Formats: sequence, C-alpha cells, structure tokens
Amino acid sequence: MSALLAGISTLTLARWQFAVTTVFHFLFVPLTIGLSLLVAILQTAAYRTGDGAWERATRFFGKLFLVNFAIGVVTGIVQEFQFGMDWSRYSVFVGNIFGAPLAIEGLLAFFMESTFLGVWIFGRGRVSPRVHVLSIWLASLGTILSAAFIVAANAWMQHPVGYTIDPHTHQAVMTNFWAVMTNSTFVLEYGHVLFAAFLTGAAFLLGVAAWHLRRGHDTAAFAKAARVGVVVVLIAAVGTIFLGDSQGKQMETQQPMKMAAAEALYDTTSAASFSLLTIGNLSGNPIFQVRVPHILSVLATNTWDGKVEGIHQLQAQATKTYGAGSYVPVIWLLYWTFRIMVGLGILLLALGAIGIWLMRRRRLEQSPRFLRFAAWMILAPFIANSVGWIFTEVGRQPWVVYGLLKTSNAVSVISPGYVATSLIGFTAIYTVLAIIEIALMIRLARVPEAPLSPAEAESAPELVY
Amino acid sequence: MFAVTASPSGLEQLWFALIGVLWLGYFFLEGFDFGVGVLLPFVTRDDVDRRVVINSIGPVWDGNEVWLLVAGGATFAAFPLWYATVFSGFYLALFVVLAALIVRGIAFEFRHRRDDARWRRAWDRAIFWGSALPALLWGVAFADFVHGVPIVAGGAWTGTFFDLVKPYALLGGLATLSLFTLHGATYLGLKAEDPVRENARALGQRLAPVTFVLVTAFLGWTYLSAHAWHHVGLVPPLLPILAVGALAAVGWLIGERMEGWAFVATAFVVLALFTTLLLDLYPNVLVSSVRTSYDLSIVASASHPYTLKVMSWVALIFTPFVLAYQGWTYWVFKKRVGRPDRVEQPTEA
Ligand code: HDD
Ligand code: HEM
Ligand code: HEM
Repeated sequence: MSALLAGISTLTLARWQFAVTTVFHFLFVPLTIGLSLLVAILQTAAYRTGDGAWERATRFFGKLFLVNFAIGVVTGIVQEFQFGMDWSRYSVFVGNIFGAPLAIEGLLAFFMESTFLGVWIFGRGRVSPRVHVLSIWLASLGTILSAAFIVAANAWMQHPVGYTIDPHTHQAVMTNFWAVMTNSTFVLEYGHVLFAAFLTGAAFLLGVAAWHLRRGHDTAAFAKAARVGVVVVLIAAVGTIFLGDSQGKQMETQQPMKMAAAEALYDTTSAASFSLLTIGNLSGNPIFQVRVPHILSVLATNTWDGKVEGIHQLQAQATKTYGAGSYVPVIWLLYWTFRIMVGLGILLLALGAIGIWLMRRRRLEQSPRFLRFAAWMILAPFIANSVGWIFTEVGRQPWVVYGLLKTSNAVSVISPGYVATSLIGFTAIYTVLAIIEIALMIRLARVPEAPLSPAEAESAPELVY
Repeated sequence: MFAVTASPSGLEQLWFALIGVLWLGYFFLEGFDFGVGVLLPFVTRDDVDRRVVINSIGPVWDGNEVWLLVAGGATFAAFPLWYATVFSGFYLALFVVLAALIVRGIAFEFRHRRDDARWRRAWDRAIFWGSALPALLWGVAFADFVHGVPIVAGGAWTGTFFDLVKPYALLGGLATLSLFTLHGATYLGLKAEDPVRENARALGQRLAPVTFVLVTAFLGWTYLSAHAWHHVGLVPPLLPILAVGALAAVGWLIGERMEGWAFVATAFVVLALFTTLLLDLYPNVLVSSVRTSYDLSIVASASHPYTLKVMSWVALIFTPFVLAYQGWTYWVFKKRVGRPDRVEQPTEA
C-alpha cells in the first residue's frame, strides 16, 4: 500500500474522501427534503378529498421517496464521523462552535424525521388517518430543520461570526450562539439550499409524472402530480435564483476571491462585463469568448459601473494580511461550475414557466414535447446541486474556515494508508449502492400503483418489510 | 494546555454524564436491534419468518441509530479533543463500523423491494454482518478507552491498528456481541409470535450461559485492573455484582417464559456494563497506555463553558419531547408481529 501511495499525501486523500462522501450524500438529500414535502402535500389532498387518484399518487411517490431516503440516512452517518476521522485538527479547532449545531441537529431533527417516518411507513391502519398525514408532515419538518443546522455550521466556515480565538489553546470559542444562528451568510445559503431542494423534488415529481403521461398510464393520478410539480418548480426556481443572486452580492464583500475566480477576472475592473462562455484557457487570453457588458458589475454590486476586484489585487492583499502563499482557488473549476449551475437554474425556470402557461391553457397533459423536456429535466437539479456545492467549497480554498484555518492545517495526523483504505472502501460501497438504487428507482418508477381494495385501505399492512 | 490537574467543573461533569447517557441509550436500544440482526439466520425457517423478525424492529431501528449520531455530535461539541482523538485513532475500526451500518440500513429498506430469493438472501447476509460487526467492535472500542491506547501529549496517536486488539479488548468485544445477541433474543421473545418467538426462546436459553461467562470475565477483569481508587463506580463493586446477578437470572427467566422480565434483565445488564466502563473511565475520557500523565482528561478536552451552557439549555428544553414521541412509537407498535398466514393468536404482551 505505502509503495503505491508514494507521494500522495494524507491531505490530498482526505480531500478526495470528503468530496466523494459529501457530494454523494447531497445527491440524495435534496430529493429527500423536496419529496417529503411533496408527498405530504399529495397525501393531504388525498385525505381532504378522499379521491383515489391523489391516494395512488401519494403511494407511488411515497415508495420512491423511501428508497431514496434510505441512502440519504446511511450516507449521513459517515458525514457525522468523518470530521473526527480525517479532519481531527479541524475538529479540535472548531468543536466549540461547529459541534453545537451538529449535536442540536441530531436532537431536534434526526430524531423527528426517523421516528415519524417509522410511524408513517408502518402506521397505516394502526394510527388514525389524521395522525398518519401528520406524521409525514413532521418527517418533512424534520428534514427542513436538519438542513438548517448543518447549513448554519457550513455558513460559519464560510463566514465566521460570534467567536473569539482562545489565546492558550488556539481554538475558536463561541461567544454568541445567536450570532452563529443568524449569520447573514447562513440566511441566504439556507434559503438557496432549501429552495434548491424543493426544486429537486418538484422537478422529479413533474418529470416522472410526465414520463407516465406520455405513455398514457393512470392519467388521473399523474396529471394531478404533474400540476403540483409545475407549480412548485416555478415557485422554487424563482426563489432559488433570487437568493442565489443575493448570495453573489454578499460574496463580493465576504469572499471577493471566489467571485473573481468564478469570472476568471484577473484585474480589478469597473463596469465589468460577464462572460457567458470561454473557449481556450482561462489565464486571461481566451481564444473565443461571449461577453455581456456591465453584467458582472450588476451581479456583484447591483450597480451598472460598480468596481469588481481582480485576482491579482486580491492575492496581493491576502499575502499582506495572512502571509506568503497562494490564495487563488482552482479557477477553471469555479468558472465552469458557476456557469453550469446558473444555466440549469434558468432552464428550470423555463420549465416551470412553460408548464404554467400550458396548464392555464389546459394543454399540459397533451404536449408531448413539453412532457419529454420535463422528463429530461429530472437530471438538472441533481447536477446543479453538486456543482453548486463544489463551487462554494472549492471557492473557499485554501481556507477550510475562511480567514482562520487553512485546509492543509486541518487534516488529521494519520498515515495516508488509512485514508486511502476508507477512500477506496467508501467509494466502492457508494458506487455499488448508487447502481442498485438507481436500478431499483427506475424499476419502481415504471410501474404505476394499482388501486387499493376497500378492505386493504382500511387495514394495517401485515408485513411491511 | 494539557497538563491540567484541575478537577472537572460541574458543567463538564454534567456533559460527561449526558454523553454517557446517550451512549447508554444507544446500546440499550440499538443493542437489541443488533441482536435481532445477528439472530436473523438462526431463528427463522423461511422468508415469512425473516420478515417477521425484521418487522419487529422495522419502525424503530432508525430512531435507535440516531442515539449514536447525537452521542457523536454531542461529543464533538462538548469534548472536541475527545471526538478528534478517538475517531482519528480508531480509524480503521470506525471505518468498518460505518461500512457495516451503511450496508445494514440499506438492507432493511431494499430487501423487500424485489421478490427474488437470491436478492433477499444477499440482503439477509448484509443484515447479519452489518449487525454482528458493530456489536463486536463497540465492545472493543470501549474496552480500549478504559485500558488505554497509545496516545501521548495532546491526544497525539502513536500506535497502529494492532494496538487496539489486545486480549482485554477482544474479551470486551465478545462480551458485547453475545450480550447484544441475548438482548435481541429477549426482545424477540417479547415482540414476535410463534414460531420466531419459540425459536428465540430456545436460542436464548443456550446463549445465556455463554454470555454469563464472557460478561462476568470481562467485568471481573475490569474490576481487578481498575488501577486507582478514584474509580468511584467500582468501589464498592455494586453495579458489576448486580449485573452478574441479573445475567444469571436471564436463562431462568427465559425458561419460565417470563418474557417481560427477561428483557428487563438483559437491558439492565447492558446498562450496568457500560455504566461500569464509563465510571472506570472518569475523570478521563481516554486513557493513555504510554504514561498516566498523557491520559486525556475531561478538563483538557472540554469545550468552553459558554458552549456547554448553550447546549445544556437546548438539551433541557428538547429532550423531553424526544423521549415522549420515541416512547409513543413503541406504544403504537406494541402489538406482536406475526405471520399473516397463521391463525391470529391471543397475545399477552
Ligand atoms: C441541506 C441539507 C443537508 C446537508 C448540507 C447535509 N445533510 Fe445530512 N441529511 C440531511 C440534510 C443535509 C437530511 C435531508 O435531513 C437527511 C437525508 C436523509 C435523512 O434521513 O436526513 C440527512 C441525513 C443525515 C444523517 C443521518 C440521519 C438519520 O439517521 O436519520 C446524518 C448523520 C447527517 N445527515 C449528517 C450530515 C453532515 C455531518 C453533513 C455535513 C457534512 C450533512 N449531513 C450534510
Ligand atoms: C452536502 C453538501 C456539501 C457538498 C456537496 C460539499 C462539497 C465539498 C467539496 C467538493 C469539498 C472539497 C473541496 C476541495 O477539497 O477543494 C468540500 C470541502 C469541505 N467541506 Fe463541504 N460540502 C458540503 C457541505 C458541507 C458542510 C455542510 C460542511 C460542514 C458542515 C462541509 C465541510 C467541509 C470541509 C471541512 C471541507 C474541507 C475538506 C476539503 O477541503 O476537502 N461541507 N466540500
Ligand atoms: C440563476 C440561478 C442561480 C444563481 C445566481 C446561483 C448562485 C449561487 C451562488 C452565488 C452560490 C455560492 C454561494 C457562496 O459560496 O457563498 C451558490 C451555491 C449553491 N447553489 Fe446556486 N445559484 C443558482 C441556481 C441554482 C440551482 C438551480 C441549484 C440547484 C437546484 C443551486 C444549488 C446550489 C447549491 C446546493 C449551492 C451550495 C450551497 C450554498 O452555498 O448555498 N443553485 N449558488
């Protein structure tokens, strides 16, 4: 093992390990957050109207939700412990502050979602229909709460507030919990992530329903699901974009280097233009570029001629403040991840807008081209979520806690062989799981629900598993 | 920073106790989940039996696992140095535990999704190993906390993986594996209908003496080697003695078909065993096998009082709700799980 690893540091391996496990966790998390809310809405409609079509839609999407939920849970367990495993110096440094939201998340959110989901899965016929509906709402609330605490922890790493540095232990020490939980970075990031999650769930609902509508399966149930999907896609896309735009402006004051790198802007410029795409390298001398005048200034500062700082100037400032070293993240990665996310956001907005327009004209179910587009757009939010996080996290480098702790000083002092073992092990397990899960999802998603007989609807299912 | 000799403050003691309670809750609850998973191949004849076994923990296993997550999170927040040292030091062991928990959790959710014998057999195997390995390794880890691991100043780790597998730690692992399995058997006695209930009873009776030997040996070794008198919980050795007494009664209680009491007894042994270990550990959180002055103490690893205060308020306000609704689910699902193809039997539990 050690011969193979010659030259690969614990740091590099730990970064890959973290990136793989977190991106994988977050493939499933947004769908869990989004679908739990949507299934709750579907079930509430079924409960209120007693309409079998709503009921079938609830069962159909509920089943897909559960398959997805399971993977979200088990990959989360790794997240909870890998800070200690791979990032022990980080853990010691931030534990006073970062640990608190993590613990509170468990107590407030994870207990709630796991317990009420248990009631929801096994409870039909054992608890009253009202309590059954309530249990999915509570599970959904649990997922929303859990996102709040973990994003608060992450926002603190992006923009530390409410702390001092202990002069003896050199740990960050919390001085104001309220400040941590009302961090301006947190408020926008939470909103953006949450809307993105609802968008993920809604695009999934709409896309799967569209697939069935094109084939004429159970049109009563899937038309209802598709309509809910369209409305939520539109609302969530608007919310995601609006908050993302505000994040961009805040980033210009809090992490200007990230913004400069996202645009590959080397020198400070007023009335800066925005490049839609670039061919050639991003070192400042592109072969071909499409630029829109003034837009970068507007994005970053909200003014037509605002000044946007460039990479060279920011690097010079940073060496003055923090000492020698490179403070420039991987530019091409930031440039492209940002454009992919924003591009997909605009496509999703179009999906919602066209959907609403068709719905108002009562042509939603009969528009094969729209339905095919909707089915393909299932993928968009998953890609946007992943590149969004990669953008946020890579853009913060070389810092792990912005301005306070560098990633290279955060890693555990352990042999690279250990980290390689877990990197290979988790990647292998996750790959197998992903294949099984996707195959299972596709299998289940292709078969519409059969209606329940009256006796089945009343009774508790005998063996659920 | 690390040569602290001060004794822990009230807040620090409180958080050591609370984290202890979280681990106890975890082992009490997930203990029987693990046991049920280990017993899965041994108390069942066909697929329907296996579904009965899995359904007996179906609605609750995930909630039980959250106790572990909260224990981990609370350790991170209240004792960052403990969290950092333990999880980077026990790296490979923790990796195995995490991998096992992943595969096991997925198995519960996926096995019934396809009606295919090979598919189900594969997931059944995953449930067995995914339960047995953590049941063994948690015992090894807790034994190591108490008997020491190669750490030097500031919790820096100097050893290798093999420093963790010593005779005492292995005995600890076997003790928890057999104890959790027995705990699972008494749980099934309470929650399942025949034939699973009867099979679990027969198996429990055979397992009880083995567990008795292993746990008694482990507790005895712990007691005899507790090297200083300040290990309050061990002087007088009240808890270990009560634990051994309760364990001796388990076989008999199972034989007499006093299923409720048998479960209470195994639960008590689980709690007493881990309480003994935690009291032995106090006032440290991790013992150094290199030199006593390197022991990682509560004081050296604790967070600042402000963090502990915030967390205390949160815990005080929200824990009652959590306990109330978790308790409520056990009540909702109190009915025994049985085969749908059998005539409904009158149930006593
Ligand atoms: C924006 C939302 C979000 C983000 C950024 C993360 N998670 Fe997550 N996590 C969830 C949202 C979520 C969730 C929606 O609440 C899940 C998915 C499935 C579930 O049960 O809850 C979950 C599950 C989940 C679980 C299992 C809970 C259970 O057993 O019920 C743990 C331990 C974590 N997460 C921990 C983490 C950590 C330490 C993260 C940071 C690196 C992280 N999550 C990122
Ligand atoms: C679930 C959504 C998240 C995704 C997809 C994600 C993604 C990533 C990626 C890709 C990196 C690697 C950056 C690099 O090495 O250049 C990274 C780093 C890191 N992230 Fe996140 N992150 C997420 C959430 C979080 C959260 C919520 C936290 C903390 C609560 C966090 C803590 C860290 C830490 C400590 C690192 C440093 C390790 C490293 O540089 O690899 N991340 N993340
Ligand atoms: C035009 C639309 C969008 C804009 C302007 C936008 C803007 C941003 C910005 C500026 C950030 C970085 C924040 C920071 O590092 O401080 C970000 C992050 C992120 N974006 Fe977007 N975004 C858009 C669309 C989307 C869409 C459609 C999704 C997913 C469905 C998405 C998911 C994410 C995620 C998960 C993150 C990482 C978490 C965070 O920092 O908030 N974004 N976005």
